[in-house]
Amino acid sequence: MTWIVPNLWLIPALPMFAAAIGALLRQRDRIAAATLAIGSIAISFLLSICALLHILANRTGEQVLTFNFRWFQFGNEWLKLGWMLDPLTAVMLVMVTFVGLLIFIYSVGYMAHDENFTRFFCFLALFAGAMLGVVIANSLLLLFMCWEIVGLTSYLLIGFWYNKPEAAAAAKKAFITTRIGDLGFLIGMVWLYAQSHTLLFYDAGAGCLEHSSLAHLIVTTTTLGLTASSAIGILIFCGAAGKSGQVPLHVWLPDAMEGPTPVSALIHAATMVAAGVFLIARIYPLMAAHAAAVLSPTIALQVVTWVGAITALFGATIAVAQFDIKRILAYSTISQLGYMMMGLGVGGVSVGMFHLITHAFFKALLFLGAGSVIHGCNGEQDIRHMGGLRRHMPITFLTYAAGMLALCGVPFFFSGFWSKDAILHASHNWSISQLPFYMGAIGALLTAFYMTRQVFYVFAGNNRLEAAHDAHNSTNAHPATGHPHESPAVMTIPLVILAAFAVLLGFIGTPAWPWFQSFLDGKPTEFSWGAFLEPGIIPVMVSSSLLVFLGIGLGWYFYGRKPIESADTPDAVGQLQPSIYSVLNHAYYVDALYDATLIRMNTWWATVCDWLDRWVWNGAVQTVSYFVVGIAHLDDFFDAAIVNSGFDEGCQNVSRGGRILSLFQNGQVQSYMRIIGCALIVLVVFLLWGAKV
Amino acid sequence: MNSLQSYLLLSSLLFSIGLAGALTRRNAILVLIGIELMLNAANLNFIAFWRYGPAPEVLTGIMFTIFSISIAAAEAAVGLSIILAAYRHSRTTDLDQMNSLKG
Amino acid sequence: MTTSFMILAVLTVAGTAAAMGLRNAVHCVLALALGFAGIAMLYLQLGAQFVGFTQILVYVGAVAILAVFAIMMTHNDKSMALPDSHSAWVAGCIVAVAVFAVLARAIVSSSASAQTQPPQPAATVQQIGNALMHRFVMPLEIMGLLLTAALIGAVVIAMDRREEMK
Repeated sequence: MTWIVPNLWLIPALPMFAAAIGALLRQRDRIAAATLAIGSIAISFLLSICALLHILANRTGEQVLTFNFRWFQFGNEWLKLGWMLDPLTAVMLVMVTFVGLLIFIYSVGYMAHDENFTRFFCFLALFAGAMLGVVIANSLLLLFMCWEIVGLTSYLLIGFWYNKPEAAAAAKKAFITTRIGDLGFLIGMVWLYAQSHTLLFYDAGAGCLEHSSLAHLIVTTTTLGLTASSAIGILIFCGAAGKSGQVPLHVWLPDAMEGPTPVSALIHAATMVAAGVFLIARIYPLMAAHAAAVLSPTIALQVVTWVGAITALFGATIAVAQFDIKRILAYSTISQLGYMMMGLGVGGVSVGMFHLITHAFFKALLFLGAGSVIHGCNGEQDIRHMGGLRRHMPITFLTYAAGMLALCGVPFFFSGFWSKDAILHASHNWSISQLPFYMGAIGALLTAFYMTRQVFYVFAGNNRLEAAHDAHNSTNAHPATGHPHESPAVMTIPLVILAAFAVLLGFIGTPAWPWFQSFLDGKPTEFSWGAFLEPGIIPVMVSSSLLVFLGIGLGWYFYGRKPIESADTPDAVGQLQPSIYSVLNHAYYVDALYDATLIRMNTWWATVCDWLDRWVWNGAVQTVSYFVVGIAHLDDFFDAAIVNSGFDEGCQNVSRGGRILSLFQNGQVQSYMRIIGCALIVLVVFLLWGAKV
Repeated sequence: MNSLQSYLLLSSLLFSIGLAGALTRRNAILVLIGIELMLNAANLNFIAFWRYGPAPEVLTGIMFTIFSISIAAAEAAVGLSIILAAYRHSRTTDLDQMNSLKG
Repeated sequence: MTTSFMILAVLTVAGTAAAMGLRNAVHCVLALALGFAGIAMLYLQLGAQFVGFTQILVYVGAVAILAVFAIMMTHNDKSMALPDSHSAWVAGCIVAVAVFAVLARAIVSSSASAQTQPPQPAATVQQIGNALMHRFVMPLEIMGLLLTAALIGAVVIAMDRREEMK
């Protein structure tokens, strides 16, 4: 399988190529567009499987396989790019291509009535190619370039229905917010290049994540007593924070739900938001590097942990008070991303990545299920107007329930339990503080609570759709019939497959057989029941299970005991504490805060720049132009008055002289002879007497 | 004044008369005969110098004069034929009216 | 300044002056013939007999007659009614007078004229013929060519073109 490493570039290149061809297709070439996109990502999936098999077969050998090449030269240095294959890469590749393939197939059904079907698949393929580029990049620069393309496709896909002003505004907000994070990323990248003179991660010892470069970075200290490695790590984390929706750059994620649901599933649940987590996992050696004498974790990892913990709790609290089915899932995603970052900070790459992989499957499942619900309810997205769908949409209900239980972390049978438990266990053992553990635990309780609330609102009770049907307009292109129906097979089959993985994937990461963690860490695995008896594992498992059941129980108590009668019934928790509830509903008014401060400052600055441009720069240019025109007029005056008239006068004088001289040419032969006679006289006089004088 | 001077004076007088005629007469033929007269005056000059000159046995003056007479005769013939052709063209021998070379 | 010279000089000057001054063109040409004859006699007085006779033969006998023929042939009513000298005749006379004045001054003041009279040279026809055939043979032949060309040229130029068009 060694042929896979030099040909790894095919994995992102094929979807990008499909996107390039898709961009040239006409709107009615739907089958061609869908075939190109799905075909290219299917082939990428097969190649990813080959890569994974190669790594699996190569467990004892070199763990990181690279393929580097020179790009261009500036001065004496060469800028090199490259791709790499290691366990982390292989796992991400398989996840992205597999989930992407399922979502592509789902989109065929979901977007079937949309007239911009072709454009959708073109953008989807471009996104897939760029995301896979981020995964295989061995150079921070190549990663950044693909990262930006991912951001671009996110913008294009969020604003897919660009005629809707909310969608266009949401796309712009997403792009600008992530861009602010990317500024830190860029500064960190430049600093890293300045320190280690290479942006390749692994380059046979010369890469920036390898020993010699890290040793240099640990020793260099900068402001606030930070080592250079930590400072660069924090700066790159800014980019990850933007892309992964960490507080305070989370504001774009809920608004990004304006895009079509497959977009929300693929980009804002499974892959793109996970790119930030993946980036931190990729540069983990940089973030974790510390001198041997220092025992506590590095400042960079502490920052990551605290930000992750705050985000986890923040997102969970807001999700309790939302009424849009996709917004609940969006805030849930923000919360889970916080968990992933916390896992990376406290437990390392394997802990964070395990939760990322399991979350990708069950969150994609939940989003696709929500899409199925929206499709079945002809575009309705408010959970107060749904209800009783378990009878009308059974497959959707069962798969959604599987995803919900996985997200809550119901023990033993669902993957979310094992991955979240690993994070809670690692944070319990964190040497700095126990606070992240408690924040994570409270977040787990709230997660169970709000997911139960959502399931009861949507699937239990009686259907409230016809009653509320007149009061709103649908965002989908479906004609409103009022009666919910199950989605077609092309949409439900991916749901079933994802549900299966949501259950089964957990079993590769249990403490008894930690295959996934060992695979990423490069250590051999062994199956042993005795691993459960290691200190701290059983207590954490028990306490987290108790929290989950408590959360589900509270959810049933408030929302499941009495079925919700109509859409106008106020929320049960909201009746208890209306003021706190409304703060949560408005997401702590963060958007309003940003609007009053940053946006206003930006607008003011833009006005200043406009004034400068219009009066100062424009005025300078105008002055120069007037000056030049004035000189031109002066030249013209000189030319006309002096040069022309002088020249004209001279010519006229010559003409006049000629005319006078021509008077001698009167054609009379005898006058000519007279002149010859005079000449003769003059000649003789001169010869005879002129010489004598 | 000796004989040479008087002959020379005579020839210059004849030359001037011929010149006056050539400059003042209107008829083209009369201008031509004025020119003939000037040639004759020159011939007289030659002979006078031959007679009173340093080497008369070489006969240079006579030779020159013979040739001059011949050429003058040929020139008179051609000139008069030209005047005839011009007369046929413009029906006049008035020199005042032959001013096509006017510039 | 012998008497014969004075008489001949007066005759010649009178003839040429009349040739240049008379109104009638035919009278002018006849006076010109008289002038030519006077010049011929001056040649004879100077001892150039051959030249003198040649002068009479060529000038009086051919050129003057030719001029008479030409005047006859270009004679019409219009030309007879013209004044004989054109508008600027005063300027021409002044120029001629000035030329004479300058030449006379040159002649009178030159030192070459103050010489004694040498003896009469011999210029027989035989000597002239000898010179023509030996020393001046080339000019003689060219002269022949020139005369032939002039003859043909004069005939061609003066030929009546209307005969060709018939």
